[in-house]
Parts: sequence; structure tokens; C-alpha cells
Amino acid sequence: MTALLHELSIAEAAARLRRGELSAVELTRAALARIAATEPSFHSFITVTEEAALAAARDADTHLRTGTAPSGLTGIPVAVKDVIATAGVRTTAGSRILDGFVPPYDATVTARLKAAGAVIVGKANCDEFAMGSSNENSAYGPARNPWDLGRVPGGSSGGSATAVAAGQALASLGTDTGGSIRLPASYCGVVGLKPTYGRVSRYGVIAYASSLDQVGPVARDVSDCALVLSVIAGYDARDSTSVDRPVPDCAAGLTAGARGLRVAIPREYFVEGMQPEVEHAVRAAVDTLSGLGAAAREVSLPHTEYAVGAYYIIATAEASSNLARYDGIRYGLRTTVDGGLLDMYRHTRAAGFGAEVKRRIMLGTYALSSGYYDAYYLKAQKVRTLIRRDFERVFADTDVIVTPVAPTTAFRLGEKVADPLQMYLSDIFTISVNLAGLPAISLPCGFDASGMPIGLQIVGPPFGEEVVLRAARAYEEATDWQRRRPPEPALCPPQPTGSRA
Amino acid sequence: MTHEPAAPRDRAQFPTSGAGFDRYEAVIGLEVHAEMLTASKIFCGCSATFGAPPNHNTCPVCLGMPGVLPVLNRRVVEFAVRAGLATQCRIAPRSRWARKNYFYPDLPKGYQISQYELPICEGGYVDIEVDGATKRVRLTRIHMEEDTGKNIHDAHGDASLVDFNRSGVPLLEIVSEPDMATPAEAGAYLRTLRTLVQYLGICDGNMEEGSFRCDANVSVRSRGATSLGVKAEVKNMNSFRAVEKAIAYEIARHVRTLEEGGTILQETRLWDADREETRSMRSKEYAHDYRYFPEPDLPPLLVSEEFVEAVRRTLPELPDARRARFVRDLGLPPYDAEVLTSRRDLADYFEEVVRAHANAKAASNWVMGEVLRLVKERKLDAALTITDWPVAAARLGELIALIDEGAISGKIAKTVFEEVVATSAAPRAIVAAKGLTQVSDEGPILAAIEQVLSANADKVVEYRGGKDKLFGFFVGQVMKATGGKANPPLVNRLLAEKLKN
Repeated sequence: MTALLHELSIAEAAARLRRGELSAVELTRAALARIAATEPSFHSFITVTEEAALAAARDADTHLRTGTAPSGLTGIPVAVKDVIATAGVRTTAGSRILDGFVPPYDATVTARLKAAGAVIVGKANCDEFAMGSSNENSAYGPARNPWDLGRVPGGSSGGSATAVAAGQALASLGTDTGGSIRLPASYCGVVGLKPTYGRVSRYGVIAYASSLDQVGPVARDVSDCALVLSVIAGYDARDSTSVDRPVPDCAAGLTAGARGLRVAIPREYFVEGMQPEVEHAVRAAVDTLSGLGAAAREVSLPHTEYAVGAYYIIATAEASSNLARYDGIRYGLRTTVDGGLLDMYRHTRAAGFGAEVKRRIMLGTYALSSGYYDAYYLKAQKVRTLIRRDFERVFADTDVIVTPVAPTTAFRLGEKVADPLQMYLSDIFTISVNLAGLPAISLPCGFDASGMPIGLQIVGPPFGEEVVLRAARAYEEATDWQRRRPPEPALCPPQPTGSRA
Repeated sequence: MTHEPAAPRDRAQFPTSGAGFDRYEAVIGLEVHAEMLTASKIFCGCSATFGAPPNHNTCPVCLGMPGVLPVLNRRVVEFAVRAGLATQCRIAPRSRWARKNYFYPDLPKGYQISQYELPICEGGYVDIEVDGATKRVRLTRIHMEEDTGKNIHDAHGDASLVDFNRSGVPLLEIVSEPDMATPAEAGAYLRTLRTLVQYLGICDGNMEEGSFRCDANVSVRSRGATSLGVKAEVKNMNSFRAVEKAIAYEIARHVRTLEEGGTILQETRLWDADREETRSMRSKEYAHDYRYFPEPDLPPLLVSEEFVEAVRRTLPELPDARRARFVRDLGLPPYDAEVLTSRRDLADYFEEVVRAHANAKAASNWVMGEVLRLVKERKLDAALTITDWPVAAARLGELIALIDEGAISGKIAKTVFEEVVATSAAPRAIVAAKGLTQVSDEGPILAAIEQVLSANADKVVEYRGGKDKLFGFFVGQVMKATGGKANPPLVNRLLAEKLKN
């Protein structure tokens, strides 16, 4: 039975836990064993928290035995992206500059997972400070795509997606600033949701671009995603941008089906140069939804082409400021040099940040510079407003917008490292959603000729998580893409994985 | 760290009049930073009080740890609105927070959260009095921001330490228009402003401890010119005198430079209190481009009209109005009104004395004389609000009543006052217990006069021979003979009659 535990969905595992057929400790041991066996292949984790996980599992078992389990996540092994603070556990943001940083506080989402009885098995690998589309910018080495170890898992929440795809955890938390949950979910054939900006607290989430960042779940299916969302979502007094608005019971609305849904297909999301199999799969998905009773029509989001440009101004501007605190004074890396204060800053930041982070800090610093602010930052904010209005116009008479997640399936490791612009284009279909602050899900809608998963993006209006999940669930029910599993890697004997904090 | 006070050195003397000066006029604007007296910091719950052990009042938020977020302290907004209303500013219904970016070890996030484009208060003015004339100094703006920590150098070998207790303490920045022309006007503006913030209870106004700080922008131009000269910003003055001296120094330096055919550099200069001169801070570390942009972690600040009106209702009577009322309704000389309203607690105390016994001028004399003497001796005025007055206001009122009733003389009253100070007993009780009641019966006084005149027959002859000055001697002797209790006007009258005969 243990051999199959890693293939359970949360719903299935939770049912067994409730019935007492399985203990949280058994399930957690199975996940930890799976991690130990497969990490050399996938490298989903920067830190594995074996002892804390087992302690949490024992607590969960107590609750399960006494019928006091706080949620459907009680006893469920989950992974948390390493940009999310975990009290007492090293939190690196995938950066050398935070190597050894152990926060004394939990992010609100971490605290909510713990309160729900979830078992955190480790800190998921990611691009440094969540900047990247391939996970190759992790200072701790990239995670690898379980469907093909020679390909990237997508980024920046690469480890969050691979951990779920590879059965190392039943769900995970990622963060999404320009597609960082949806792209890896798409590349790895799992389900990832970026909630509405303000739906989930950002407190304790290491900031990349504050006006765009949002935490969301990655899971094997839509229902599991909805369950994790219900645990982490909701107003938090410690995040002034979180919205004080009740969280709907997404699970309840999941079964409403696609009948009567008004579905819009934006023509700007089918571009020249995209992989034909991707376009084909997405159009077939629209047909499936239509077959289920949805009404599909083509629409235009005319300012789409300006999204990538606006994003790389706004996100990098905010990043240049957000990352100023990594100065070697109070925590994290400090390189010792002879010389003054400025030399210490320069050497610490030169040694601590990777190339992509430096590139974005420089871009953002430039965009905010005196004399350039109006031409770049202010203009980008205006573009952002236009993009938001594009969506508002469509959502006036539309329930969901359906698009591809990315123009291609997962590319090969190293393929785009030398060409940042090519890399940035991986996010052309996801970025607008962040600029507009909308909820969007990525779920599998097919495979290409190489056997790599293709992702379908379903976008909703602000705080429309319910309808997004409902449409996704209807599609998922009508297909079986999410039931496919990646091939088993050549297993190595269990060995210590990551370092324990 | 101890420094020998530097011996006064020979230095260029800068006259403030004479050659060239009459051809120039100075233009002075001041930026004041007032630390607010809120219980907690501006963006976290840490105590904002002064004097805790280093880094005691800190948390992840005010230490700028990764992922933490600011949450605005409402009280800070209330204080800012109070300041704005008291200076006739427009209160912005919608203002914005902005990030001011620069690197310094005492700035944990690498940026300061401040207000830039849309401050909470604009316009407004402060009326000052210089040499009996009233002058209006306009305010550009008042905004809120967070204070930085404090670097401590030289205490531990070659290491510098940082104390973050002050990090996140709320500040009001009050920026004047360049409406002042002399150091005396700048001093009067600062003192007026300090009295105001103390009245409002929003700042203790302590320049030595740095809770009330001032930077001066100084330039000179040809008398009558309309365009401004190049300005220097002068910092590091920690007393009113220092501000006046630094400005006088700068004006003289500018005039002399221009007279010698030189040019003024726009720069920041530091006041050196020991050498009494300003020095250029010509360092690359201070060549800032602050890259201001709207703070994405805080939504725009909305201040409703109801909130403003609620704050307005809490405003105390302000110094100008109170001073005018003291002159108009209580008949005090302007000087007395000025002194008594220089502190809110002093004015409150004075009014309490007058409520106990309605003789405002006598109350003013006692408060400005005996009471303030003791306050200064006991350094009670170091507190923002004096609560332990040397004499309770009601007791002082009772004492003045005793004088007005003719029960005791002014001289005996001094003795009773000291007794009240020492024992807190009621003046009437002291007078009764010690038999200090004034003697206004002619009998005993005449007896004393007879006795004195017979004991000093020679002096009586001298007096009658024209030595009028001896009258005072006889009065003194009679008072002495009656233990100081004789009614002085009566003594004068009776003595004059006796000596005439």
C-alpha cells in the first residue's frame, strides 16, 4: 500500500485518514521516503523538514483519532515554496544571500496551513526571489521536470510543481507574480491556482513585486486546489493589501458543471510561433467545454502585446526596492572585505545575488531613476490600467476567459538561459492576469508529441475563484489528463536529502 | 564615546552687518521632523518610547525582515490631521505612501516609507512674532513618515553598531515655504511650532534628544530680487540657538562668497556646534537619487470628513487664541500672556489658580515668579506635562485670596507660600496655626510705633531735621516689632502721623 500512497489525492488520503485506515504518520513517512528516493532526480526541495513533519503528523493523528481534525488538510503532507517564511526553518528564497536565514516568524499562509493540521514536509525549490520561468535561477540548482528530467519544470515555483507531480507531497504552495504558479503547473501536468490579488495574505512571503505577488495552491486536481485555497485564503490584518471579503465555499460550487457558462477566447492569445500542439489542445478544450453546455465566443484584449513590457518595468521597479534590504547588515550573507560601508554592500550583494536578480535590480533601478520615472514606471502603470480595463470590458458579459498557459510545453534545461528575452516570453499569456490582479488556474489539457503536458488557463473576474474552479472542475471531469502520471525515475537508494533546518 | 569640548579657535568672524550686507537679503525655509508621541510605532505594534535598552523595541516589521509588511497605526493619522488643522492646512481626502530608496545601515528595508506626491496636509501657515510685529510663515506641506534606527560609532573598536529602537517611530515632517529672512525669524518660527506641537500633545519638542529636529535651507539674493539664490541645506543643529547660529553663519558665508566673486554650491552642510561653523558633506554616499515611487504594500490613505471633524473636536485651545484671550478677558499684559501660554500645562495651571480666586494679575505674578522659580530649580519643565506642581493651584488661589482679604501682607504671604511648598498644608490653616494674621488694629501698631520712636529718639530728630529717607527705617523697625504681621499701609499712615507731631 505504501508504494501507492504518493499517488493519492488529498480527498482520497483524507478519507482514509478519517476512516482510520491510514495514519498521518504513515502517510508522512511515505512522503518522506518518496522524497528521499526521488530527490536526486527531481531536486524539488531546498530544505526537507523531516522531524518537524513527523511531529506535525503525530499531532494530526491525535486530532484524527479524537475527531477534532481542524480541516480536510489535517495530516496531509504539503510542500511550501522557499520564499514563504517558516518559523525556525531555513528560508532562502532560492538565493545565496539568504543562505542560513531562519525566520523567527511564520508567514500567514504557513500559520494557516499549520492551524489546519497540514504536515509541511519541506521548502520547495524555486528561482531566486521568484525571478524566473524555468527554476534554473535557483542558487541551489534547478528542479527537474518529472516528465523529462532533461527539461525544466517551469518557474518560478518549479519545486512546488515537481513535488506534487512526482508524488513527494500531495499539494504545495507556490507564489505567482507573472505566471510563477501557472507555468510550472502547466509544464509539470498538475493544477495550479493564482488567486485574486488580495485574496491571500502576503505577510511573511518574501517580496519580489509587491503589487503582483500572490500565494496560491498547486495540487493534483481541481478539488484539492479548492481545498488548499479555502485554508489559506481570507483577510489578514497584517497585510494591508489583503481584502476583507468572505471566502466562498469553493468546494461546494465545484459540481455545478459548465452548462450556461459564458466562455471567452481572446484572439491575442494565439500567436505566431506558438507550438501548434498547444493551440490545438486549447481549442479542443474549448470544444469540450462547449460540449458540456458552455457558450464560447472569441473576444479581443487589445493591450495584451504591451503586458510583458509593462510587467518588466513594474515588477523590476518594485523588486529593486524590495531587495534593498539584503545588505548584509542584519541577516543573511555578509562578505568581509577591507574598505568602507559601500564596499561591504557591493561585495555582499555581488556575491549573494545571481545574474538574473542583478539584471532585474538594475532594470528596476533604472526605471525609477530621476528623469526616467515618467517615461517608464508611470507609463507602465498607465498600460496596466488599460490592460485591467480590457478584462473589465470582457467580463461585463463573460464568466471565464480561456487561454493557453504558455506558447510551448516545457523546454530543455539550458535552452534559454543565454537569452533572457526568449525566457521572458514564456510568460506572455500569464502576465496580464497579474497586472489585472485576476484569479486564474492552470490545469492539464493534453500532451505534445514528446509526451510533455500542455496547460489550459482559465481566468475569472476579480474574486471569481468560484467560477474559475467550477469551469476547471467541469473540464477536468470530462477528461482524464490529470490522471496521467509521469514515468518513474530510476530510483536511487534512499539518502539524506537537502539539509535539515 | 566622550569628546573633550573643543576649545574655541580663531576663526573667520562673520559679521551680520556692514560691508555688503545691506545689499543682500536672506531667504530661509525650514524642514522640521517631529517624533510623534504615539504609544506604538507607525507600522508595527512595538513601543515607540524613548530610552529602552538597544534593540529592545523591535520586531520583524521594524527590523525589515524578509516578507514582513507594514500596517498603519491610525493614531499617526489622527496626530497628522491634528497638526494640519492647527496650522490651517488642507487635509487631503486621499493621500499616498511612497518609498524613498537609499542604502544606510540604520535604514533596515533600504527604503523609508514616507509621503511624496500626495501628502496628507498642504497649505496652511504659522504666525510668528518678532520684535513686536506679526509675520506669517506659510507651510508647504506636512506629511507622515517612519524614523530610522541609529548608528553608534566608535563604541566597539572599529565596528559600528545599530540600534533599531527608533526605527519605525512615527515622524511628522513639517516643511515651510522660504518665508523667513533672519535667524531670529527662523528661531521664532521654530519656537512657535514647538509650542504648537506640544499643545497638540503630538510631540514632546525635545531638540536635545532629537525628537524635534530641524534642517534649514538658506540662500541669499540681492535685496529686492525676485528669483532665489542657490541654497545650502544645513543639518545637525540640536538646539534653537544652534539653528539661529548656523543660519547666521550660512548667511554670512554666502554674502562673503558672493562679495568675493565666488559662487554658492547647492549642497548639504553640517553644523559643527564645537567649532560653530558649517562643513560641506561632500561625499558620494550622500549623492542620492531617492527613486520615489508609490508604496505598493499600503493602499492609498483615505481620510473622511467625519474623521477630520472628529479630530477637530479634540483640538485644544491653541497658543495664539489663548494668549489673546488672556489679554482680552483677563486683562494681563501681553508679556505675561506670552510667558503663561508658552506651555499648555502652565497656562492650564494658571487658569486653575484664577478659578480658585479671581485675581488674574496677582495669579500671573505668583505663577511667573515663585512657581516658575521652583519649577526651574526642580527641573520639572523637562517633562512634557508638569503634573507635580510645587504648589497645588487651589492652594495658590487661596493664598492670593488671603492677601486680597487683607488677612496677610504680601511679605507674610511669601512665608506662607514656602510653608505650603514644604507641607502642602492649606494657607488658611498655616496662617491660623502660626498666628500670622495681619494686625490691622491701630492699638497694637501705635504701641509698637511709640516703642520704636522712643528707642530711636536721635533718628527721630534727624528725620524731623529733613532726613526723609529714615522713614523706611522706621517702617522696618515697626514691622520687625510686630513680627511682620502689621498691616503695611496702616503702619505707613500711623507712622507718618506720629512723626509729623
